[in-house]
Amino acid sequence: MNTPNLEDMGCGTSSATKDKKSEKALKAALVIQNWYRGYSARLKTRQRYALTIFQSIEYADEQGQLQLSNFFSFMLENYTNVPEKEPGLVTRLFGSSIQDKDRQDYLGLIEIPDSYCGPRLQFPLTFTDIDLLIEAFKQQQILHAYYVLEVLFETKKVLQQMPNFTHTNTSPSKEITICGDLHGKLDDLFLIFYKNGLPSVTNPYVFNGDFVDRGKNSMEILMILFVSFLVYPNDLHLNRGNHEDFMMNMRYGFTKEILHKYKLHGKKILQILEEVYTWLPIGTIIDNEVLVIHGGISESTDLNLLHRIERNKMRSVLMPPIPMDGDRAEKKNKLGTATVALGIRTSGSFSEQLTKQEWEQVIDILWSDPRGKRGCYPNTNRGGGCYFGPDITSKILNKYQLKMLVRSHECKPEGYEICHDGKVITVFSASNYYEEGSNRGAYIRMSSGTTPRFFQYQITKATCFRPLYQRVNAIESSAIRMLKERMISRKTDLIRAFQLQDRNKSGKLSMGQWAFSMENVLGLNLPWRSLSSHLVTTDKDGNIDYMSGFQDVHIQKPVKEVQSSLIETVYRYRSDLQIIFNIIDSDHSGLISMEEFRSMWKLFKSHYSVHIDDSQFDELAERMDLNKDGSIDFNEFLKAFYVVHKFDQLNKSDTKLA
Amino acid sequence: MADDRDRDGTEVAVAEFHKKIKEAFEVFDHESNNTVDVREVGTIIRSLGCCPSEGELHDLIAEVEEEEPTGYIRFEKFLPVMTEVLLERRYRPIPEDILLRAFEVLDPAKRGFLSKDELIKYMTEEGEPFSQEEMEEMLSAAIDPESNSIHYKDYITMMVIDEN
Repeated sequence: MNTPNLEDMGCGTSSATKDKKSEKALKAALVIQNWYRGYSARLKTRQRYALTIFQSIEYADEQGQLQLSNFFSFMLENYTNVPEKEPGLVTRLFGSSIQDKDRQDYLGLIEIPDSYCGPRLQFPLTFTDIDLLIEAFKQQQILHAYYVLEVLFETKKVLQQMPNFTHTNTSPSKEITICGDLHGKLDDLFLIFYKNGLPSVTNPYVFNGDFVDRGKNSMEILMILFVSFLVYPNDLHLNRGNHEDFMMNMRYGFTKEILHKYKLHGKKILQILEEVYTWLPIGTIIDNEVLVIHGGISESTDLNLLHRIERNKMRSVLMPPIPMDGDRAEKKNKLGTATVALGIRTSGSFSEQLTKQEWEQVIDILWSDPRGKRGCYPNTNRGGGCYFGPDITSKILNKYQLKMLVRSHECKPEGYEICHDGKVITVFSASNYYEEGSNRGAYIRMSSGTTPRFFQYQITKATCFRPLYQRVNAIESSAIRMLKERMISRKTDLIRAFQLQDRNKSGKLSMGQWAFSMENVLGLNLPWRSLSSHLVTTDKDGNIDYMSGFQDVHIQKPVKEVQSSLIETVYRYRSDLQIIFNIIDSDHSGLISMEEFRSMWKLFKSHYSVHIDDSQFDELAERMDLNKDGSIDFNEFLKAFYVVHKFDQLNKSDTKLA
Repeated sequence: MADDRDRDGTEVAVAEFHKKIKEAFEVFDHESNNTVDVREVGTIIRSLGCCPSEGELHDLIAEVEEEEPTGYIRFEKFLPVMTEVLLERRYRPIPEDILLRAFEVLDPAKRGFLSKDELIKYMTEEGEPFSQEEMEEMLSAAIDPESNSIHYKDYITMMVIDEN
């Protein structure tokens, strides 16, 4: 530490005291600065940890998709054992385009009441309809189902004319803007349009998938995007994301949003939407140089193949093609006869699938993530697609003479991130995605020959003008809550793992032992040592009281007599069960019969290797038949399983089910 | 024997430190390739409980950087250096009372507060000056908007509670 040069002080008083004073001030300033920098760093770290928690849990949930997908395959392969009372389920999984959906069939029956004061669209649509929608949605109006359906039909019609990859060009005077995931966050879309202008012939956009799910305005975003697309089909480009998938919507909230906002016609909307998704292009190629796709690539990505496939046959990530090769002829016949018995039209039903190779190519595009490690590895976090390294990026870009890959799919704290030597850009447009204050959103503007420019933003509500430490506190608490709920949903497995290591039955484990079990059982790669202070109590020797992690959280028992392990299992699998129930409930009534409930549970149990006594389950089911009419309102059923946080004094803590 | 116990103690301690350092490092290793941006190394070191000054931090970074700086720090170089730091208990954090006394030094009239301008002057002109961003960040939490001053005793208490 150097003392400042005091000769320039230029004052006449005793320089000795002045020196001493300045030196003291200097040292004091240093102390404060040092302390502050340490504090600030710790704040940023806590923020990062919270994000890591959110992200790990999100990806672990996505991994659950794979298990569910396997479950459906399992069901199909064993479907001859499925009681014939399940035609709804099989139909849903085989192929639902039994009747051609006629526009008039749908629209003809819907009347718009005079009392409707929401926006009224005029076909053919013009830019005034875009403005109209935006203004209406700003006032929280809801677009009538009639118009929603009209837009969906029109969109499908226009999308059907488009190739799998949109090719577009820019010029110095016509830059293009690329936006990433929006996930139903309408305020972010409004902000983008405010900052960057509405889409038009001179202001083209690419929206790179994941318009829906999680946020509460997925429908409004979709309507604005589709209407804009219909008005400017050559300048508003839409790419399919992994959430443009009717099964994902069941788990992640869009289905629920639709059924809630459109109680009368929601079912119709869902049916058409399912098809519209399949017609969304797989990607956009700008100036023959920049490939814009939602997820990423794999070492086997074949753009020529992807240009050729019939993309609309890709219905859902949870519906991989059923194997149909020669030596399964016996199975084929079984399938054939049984489907006839169930009254399902099967002509050409198997040609309604993509080949396995084609399907995997699409999954790779929608689900993969770039990583620093060279090579290509299965994306174990998400359960679909792969991790691709910089060598893969170079290889594929060179193969097709491309210069850059722009993708989305991953939330980034700054809204965007560049990797693989500048060849891969991630852009994510939903700010505050996990929680208020969790991240910024961003969009890119680019044109041929110039460096891309990044624009960042963050939606701030009044509460957000809080100082950083308060915001960090908020997201940290939120993340820890989620983590605790994870823990409680695996309580039995965790305790077993802890006890295995706790030879002396002391109730304590070393930090290393505890961290090891946590990571193994929960399957989350998190900084356990740093997080331990939030989750468990540690004694003065540094040993962890492992049961303390379950102290202030428990799952509410909807029925006292039922064992905790059953409650825990239902709670843990509630998202999967939600999807399964939604599929059984083919008329979207929200109800399934006790019979269906029971047989579904049996199948589920055997596939997921759940060891619960059937009688326990029957008991639960009986008591949950709230209407006592032999049917179960499964939304009510699942809602009854929620986690209570001991220190929530004001509200019941209900976990988001989708 | 005492020696054995000490040796074991250190081995176990080292193993735990290694894991702790790895955890902290991984959180900032965005591409999962065992490197972090050099600009985040300060944050990582501080997150492990150390409080080096800016000057000391620069020295540490020099130790862990590549011979030809790449802008990235590799874990293999970071780990041994950081382990030593933790074992030697270097760069201990500032205790609360010292922090309070530092503020009092800057407030010789013992008013119990510093004006916003005074704080800015000291933080941006003395010692290892704050950047504008750092200054704004500190002000947002520290300054009482009504009096435009920082009541440092309350501020310190608030920060300490927040961290615990």
